[in-house]
Amino acid sequence: MTIAAASSNTVLNELREKIASLEGTGSRIRTVLPFGVGEIDARLPGGGLAYGALHEVAGGGNGAIDGAAAALFIGGIAARTTGKVIWCLTRFDLFFPALAQVGLHPDRVIFVECDKEETVLASFEEALRYGGLGAVVAELVRLPMTASRRLQLAAEQSGTMGLVIRRWRRQTEASDFGMPTAAATRWRISVLPSEPLPVPGVGRARWLAELMRVRAGEGGEFIIGACDGKGRICLSSDTADRQDQASRSFALS
Amino acid sequence: MPAAKAQALFQGLVMIDADPSADIAALQRLTLWALSQYSPVVAMDPPDGIVMDTEGADHLQGGEALMLSGLVNRFRGRGLAARAAIADTWGAAHALARSIDCETIIVPPGETANVVSRLPLPSLRLPADIVKSLHTLGFATVGDLATTPRAPLTLRFGPEVGRRLDQMFGQLAEPIDPIRPSQLVEVRKLFAEPIGAPETIEKYVGRLVRKLCLELEKRGLGARRADLIVHRVDNTIQALRAGTAKPARDVVWLTKLFRDRIERIEPGFGIEKLSLAATLVEPLVDIQSASSLIEEQATDVTPLIDVLGNRGGQRIFRVAPVASDVPERSVQRIAPTAEEVGANWPLHWPRPSRLLARPEAIEVIALMPDHPPVSFTWRGKRRRVKRADGPERIFGEWWQRSCEWIAVRDYFVVEDDAGERFWVFRSGDGVDAETGSHKWFLHGVFA
Repeated sequence: MTIAAASSNTVLNELREKIASLEGTGSRIRTVLPFGVGEIDARLPGGGLAYGALHEVAGGGNGAIDGAAAALFIGGIAARTTGKVIWCLTRFDLFFPALAQVGLHPDRVIFVECDKEETVLASFEEALRYGGLGAVVAELVRLPMTASRRLQLAAEQSGTMGLVIRRWRRQTEASDFGMPTAAATRWRISVLPSEPLPVPGVGRARWLAELMRVRAGEGGEFIIGACDGKGRICLSSDTADRQDQASRSFALS
Repeated sequence: MPAAKAQALFQGLVMIDADPSADIAALQRLTLWALSQYSPVVAMDPPDGIVMDTEGADHLQGGEALMLSGLVNRFRGRGLAARAAIADTWGAAHALARSIDCETIIVPPGETANVVSRLPLPSLRLPADIVKSLHTLGFATVGDLATTPRAPLTLRFGPEVGRRLDQMFGQLAEPIDPIRPSQLVEVRKLFAEPIGAPETIEKYVGRLVRKLCLELEKRGLGARRADLIVHRVDNTIQALRAGTAKPARDVVWLTKLFRDRIERIEPGFGIEKLSLAATLVEPLVDIQSASSLIEEQATDVTPLIDVLGNRGGQRIFRVAPVASDVPERSVQRIAPTAEEVGANWPLHWPRPSRLLARPEAIEVIALMPDHPPVSFTWRGKRRRVKRADGPERIFGEWWQRSCEWIAVRDYFVVEDDAGERFWVFRSGDGVDAETGSHKWFLHGVFA
C-alpha cells in the first residue's frame, strides 16, 4: 500500500513538473507579493499577488468612472514593491499627495500620458517587457483578450507585475468588466462607509474588495480597511454587522 | 560714408569697431546649428552667408517654401534679419539672396539664367577692383557680361570673370564642402549592390550602431542625438533622428531607438549608402557597476524613457511637491530623468486620490459659518452627508496674486450614505463676504 502511494506520488510529481515545463514558468522563479492578510493571501495561489502577471482592478459603483479607490488600492500595492513604477494613462487626474499618503514616493513614479488608448497599451507592454521595474500600472477602458494575453506574456517574460485600472466613461459601459481577459486576478474595489469613530468625523476608509476571478484559486469577498501609510490593507474588524455600525454612526447637527 | 560725416548727420551715434574674427566665429556657430537642423550638407559662405544643399532634405521641413520661411522666421526670432534664396546653383542663390527686396525667393529648376541676368555686377562674387573696372567699361548687369565675348574679358581681367559666370549659370560644378564639427563621430557603410529589404537595413543599422558605439567609447563620449542618413540610388536622402534623455553608448539601447522606425525608411530603388552620425554628443565616463555582493541594484529606466519618448504621442514626466497649500498648485511636473527630489508632501491631512480639473459647483444645505454640509447635490444627484470632517482652512497666496489677499477656502471631507467620500470646499470663511463668494464646490473624490 505504502509503496503504491509512493509510486503514485512520484508519478504525480513527474506530471506536475511536466505541466510546469509546458506552461513555461518552471525555469523562472515566480515570487509573490503577499498582502499580509492571511485570509486574502490564502485565496491567492502562492500566498500573494504574483509578480510576472497581470492584475485587473476596477471600482464598483461610481468608482467605475472615477477609479479613485482602485487607484489607491493599486498605489498601495505598488508602494510595497521595490524599484521604479511606470504609470500609463490618458487623462491625468490623479492627485499624487494621496498616493504619497499610502507610501508611494513621487521619485519612484514615472507617468506616461498618452493621447490614445492604443498608445497606453503599447507603452504598457513596452514597460512590462523592460524588466527590473517594481510595477507597471495602466489606466484602461478596454482590455481585449488578445491585448491582455500579450501583456500577460510580457509580464511573465520580465517578471514585472502589471496592474491595470479599468475605468469607464459611463456607468453603462462598466458591464465590459464581465468579459474574460488573460489577467491572473481580477478585483473590484467598492467604497463602504468608513470605520466608526467615538466622536463625529470620518474614520479610516473601508472598501469591499471582491476577488472576482483568480487563476488557480478561489475568489472571495473581503471588507478591508484602506491602505495605511505603508500601503498595507487590513481586514476590517466588524465585518459582519454593517447594519449595526450604520446605526452607531453619528448624526450631524 | 566716412565716420566723421555719419557723426555729423546723426547726433549721439555710437561707434563700434568691426570684429571680423568674432563675426566668423558667430557665423560658424550658426552654420553648425543649421547642420543640426536643416541639411546634412551645410557650409559657411563668408563673410555673411551660409550655403546648404537642401536637395532631398527640404521635405523634412515640409517643402522648400515652408523651410525657407521657417528658417527666416527662426532667425528673426533671434533678432537677426535674414534673406534666403533657393536656386539651381550656389552662385545664383548667393546673388539672389543678396540683391532681392523680399525675404525669401525660390527659383524653379531651369529658370536660373532668366532670373540672374538682371542682377547687378557686385553679386557675381568678383574682387571689388574688377567690378569697378567693369563698371568703368559700361557693364551694369550680369546679363550684359554674359553676352559679351569671353576672350577679351579673360585677356584683361584673368580667368576669374569667366569662372564666376560659369558657376552662376551651372556650366561649372561648384561642390559644397560640408562643414563638419571637428569632433563629429560618424560611421558609414557603402553598398556595392543597393539594398532595400527591411531585414537587411536592420542588420546594417545594427552594425553601424555597434561601430558608432566603439568610436564613441574611444573618445569617452555618449550620443544625445544620432542621425541615420539614408542615401538612395536616385540621389535622394532620408534622415532618421533619434534623441536620448541622457548620453548613451549602449548598442542595444541605440539600436532599439532606430529599429522601431526602420519601417519608415522608403528604400525606393535601393539604398547605396548608410551613414550614422552622432550630431550631439556629451561626455560619458565609465562608471563601476555594482558588485554582486550588493543585492539591491537600482535599474536605470532612461533607455525605456527614450524608447517611449521617441515614439511621439506621449508626455513623460514625474511629479514633485511644491510648497503650496492650494491643492492645484501643490503638484508640479518635472522631467522624468530629473534628479531625485527626495521631498514629499505633508501627509497629516487627508487628500483625495482624484482631483477634478476644476472645482465643480454644488448645491449645499449647510449651517454657516463652520458646519459641514448636511446634504449636497452634485451632477444632478442629491446626497445626504452621513459623516464629515473639517474645516481645513486654506488661505489665498497673496504673494502670487494680489486678488487672493484675503481669499479663504474651507475644505471638508464628507461621506454620504453609500460611503462615497468627497472633498468639498466653501469659498470664503462663512462670515466675511470679502473672503469669498460663500459658494460651495466639489474638488476631489476620496478612495
